[in-house]
Amino acid sequence: MENHLMQMTNVHKSFPGVKALSGVNFELECGEIHALLGENGAGKSTLINVLGGIYLPDEGEIYIEGHKVNIFDVKSSQNNGIAIIHQELVLVPHMTIAENIFLGREPRNKAGAVDNKRMIRDAAEYMKIVGLEMPPYQKVFKLSIAQRQMVEIAKAISFNSKILVMDEPTSSLTEKEVVILFDTMRMLREKGVGIIYISHRMSELFTISDKITVIRDGSYVGTKNTKETNTDELVAMMVGRNLENYYTRTFHELGDVALQVENISRQGVFQNVSFQVRKGEILGFSGLVGAGRSEVFRSILGIDALDGGEIFIGGQKVGRLSPSSAQDLGMVLVPEDRKKEGLVLINSVRFNTTLAVLKQFIRGIIVNKKKELQIVEIQSKQLKVKTPTYATKVSSLSGGNQQKVVIGKFLASNPTILILDEPTRGIDVGAKADIYEIINDLAMEGISVLIISSELNEIINMCDRIIVMHQGSISGSLPRQEFSQEKIMQYATGTGGNENE
Amino acid sequence: MNRSSTITQLEKRFENNPIYIYLRTNIGILAAFFAMFILLTILSPNFLTADNWFNILRQISLNMMLSAGVMLAILIGGIDLTCGSIVALSGCTSAILLQNGMNSVPMAVLIGCLIGGVTGLANGLIIAHTGMPPFIVTLAMQGICRGAAYLVANGQPIRIPNESFQKIGTGYVGDVPLPVIYIIILIIAFFLLLNKTKTGRHIYAVGGNIEAARFSGIKTKRVQILVYSLSGLLAGFAGVMLAARMASGQPAVGLAYETDAIAAAVLGGTSMTGGVGSIGGMVIGALVLGILSNGLNLLHVNSFWQYVAKGLVILIAVYIDMFRKRKERG
Repeated sequence: MENHLMQMTNVHKSFPGVKALSGVNFELECGEIHALLGENGAGKSTLINVLGGIYLPDEGEIYIEGHKVNIFDVKSSQNNGIAIIHQELVLVPHMTIAENIFLGREPRNKAGAVDNKRMIRDAAEYMKIVGLEMPPYQKVFKLSIAQRQMVEIAKAISFNSKILVMDEPTSSLTEKEVVILFDTMRMLREKGVGIIYISHRMSELFTISDKITVIRDGSYVGTKNTKETNTDELVAMMVGRNLENYYTRTFHELGDVALQVENISRQGVFQNVSFQVRKGEILGFSGLVGAGRSEVFRSILGIDALDGGEIFIGGQKVGRLSPSSAQDLGMVLVPEDRKKEGLVLINSVRFNTTLAVLKQFIRGIIVNKKKELQIVEIQSKQLKVKTPTYATKVSSLSGGNQQKVVIGKFLASNPTILILDEPTRGIDVGAKADIYEIINDLAMEGISVLIISSELNEIINMCDRIIVMHQGSISGSLPRQEFSQEKIMQYATGTGGNENE
Repeated sequence: MNRSSTITQLEKRFENNPIYIYLRTNIGILAAFFAMFILLTILSPNFLTADNWFNILRQISLNMMLSAGVMLAILIGGIDLTCGSIVALSGCTSAILLQNGMNSVPMAVLIGCLIGGVTGLANGLIIAHTGMPPFIVTLAMQGICRGAAYLVANGQPIRIPNESFQKIGTGYVGDVPLPVIYIIILIIAFFLLLNKTKTGRHIYAVGGNIEAARFSGIKTKRVQILVYSLSGLLAGFAGVMLAARMASGQPAVGLAYETDAIAAAVLGGTSMTGGVGSIGGMVIGALVLGILSNGLNLLHVNSFWQYVAKGLVILIAVYIDMFRKRKERG
């Protein structure tokens, strides 16, 4: 039998009431970037946590370089050369890069005190390997997310890790930072490190991975060479059926102007932004992370300040808005981060769904429970929210269902202008398709939908028109017949649409 | 297997039943309450008498008033450390007004309450509009109010000879002491506020996730200001009641009352991170603290030991609660 760098065979793991993994196999070679793909809840995290020593498998074996190993806690996982870089980074912000790399195993001098010089020297070496060019005594809180990831990778290398697991490393990086990260990953691959890479962004898998393993509902589906597969095949493997068309869009006549924004600015964030959206229109906002798209809408809604410009809703000029006055005028914003801005996680589906429309069923101390239940039922049904009961805490739902609850909460107020900020980030394909369907239905009903999204495919397939932002200004506006990834990227990076290729 | 599925079925059936939810969320502290109750009934013949129970309820009425306000502050993710000093300030203010010839008792009561309310309003305005941490703001206000109480009273206790004022703290309706009536009204009002009104849901939402509340169109600043004002107002009334009972305004009373108020709320299942808690839980929490000191008195335990016992009960009860919740989450 050939020796794989790491091999997991027939891994089973159950939690009370759930079979999280049933017979998953995974093989990793030296110098390979191997993507692990699956919908939310498919068991990716569980598998990684088994490897990281956080969960003990009920059944199954792990081999490293042909030897069977026992991984029973985090320490034993590290000792076997496994390093896991989690989605939420776990660095101490107020310590330096060097201190973070050597946290808990600081080199000591003869007197028994921490040997700072040696620590900084060694840290600099590891930082050089990952291409992080800055002083090792820099405090971590001053670093960008991408730089923090580099620190995590440097830390992993300092453990002599041969196996590196990266869980959604690009989810909060800008395109530029992703390129740097990929360079680092390729360099590690050259050195013979095996990398397990988890991401929802299909296009990235084709850029960076050598092999792709798909799991579904806790079971192993198959492993493909990246060069020999395509998106359709992978999606079919993930969802277990062919999703011929997961975008739903029917085009139709547009109505009058619903929202018009004239020359709004916020000092240092965005300048002279003007646009309008019609009834029944789906308008996309594209651009790189940090281009100011979300910020424009936060200011329109009155969450952040606005330094100038005018806003018209239904032809009427409106003054300074707040989220509640905007709601009264029929405009709502479904925020970008469902956990931080969208949901009260410790409360139920019912509580969250009705939170924005309490006045529809509470008068003084009289609660109309029938009406309340009706609101929850209507939203949960039209969005196909999967929940055991309406009393279930939203924290226990999957990401896709959580996102549907957030959208339902805002739809309950019957908006005429719906602004969606990254409506499908980090959710599974099935839930995405459901959300696209509802967006299409809303537009058909004459509601104006604005989608801020970093996923080009989503915006290209769903919108009537796309506005692209670059460094706080609108750099381009594309009608449907001119949509192309290249054109959007040109505007987004500020290289304009004029030059010929 | 059959049995466990029957249990889940039963659970499903009662999932929305408020009494079931109440029992389930407060099982730890309820168990402690009944254990102490039974033990004291056996050990002390005086424990289970109407007189003693009115006594207990009168003693905890003050703590409950403060605790109700502090609980609101904790529910929205804050804290209120001002209430003990407000008790002193409002009591002294009412006393000095009466001593200086104010004849209207309702007026004296109202001004005492308002002093508390205005202090709370100031807390709320500062916290909502500057974003300073509630711990710091209310701690600072605690010092200010304590100083103000001494200044108002000129450092001396102020006698209140007015008998109709004293009745506010010592009166009865039939056999029931007035303070007991106050807390019954308070409990009902809080139950309605938290469970039946928009404001109640806003409070839970702000404490659970203030950002999500803001995006949902809830006026979060207004909720914060309201909560701290209410807390101050209640402490103001508690101060008036205490002054009436003691027939004097004393600038040194109410020291560290906020700790008992926080303890009752936390014992009753209020989460220190906000968003979780109920008035029913808080009532049991206050009762446990109340019968603990009453019982130890009846058993002639040295009062110094009572502090130790109180500390231990808080540690154990909250630990059990935490352990249970962790298990629930799996």
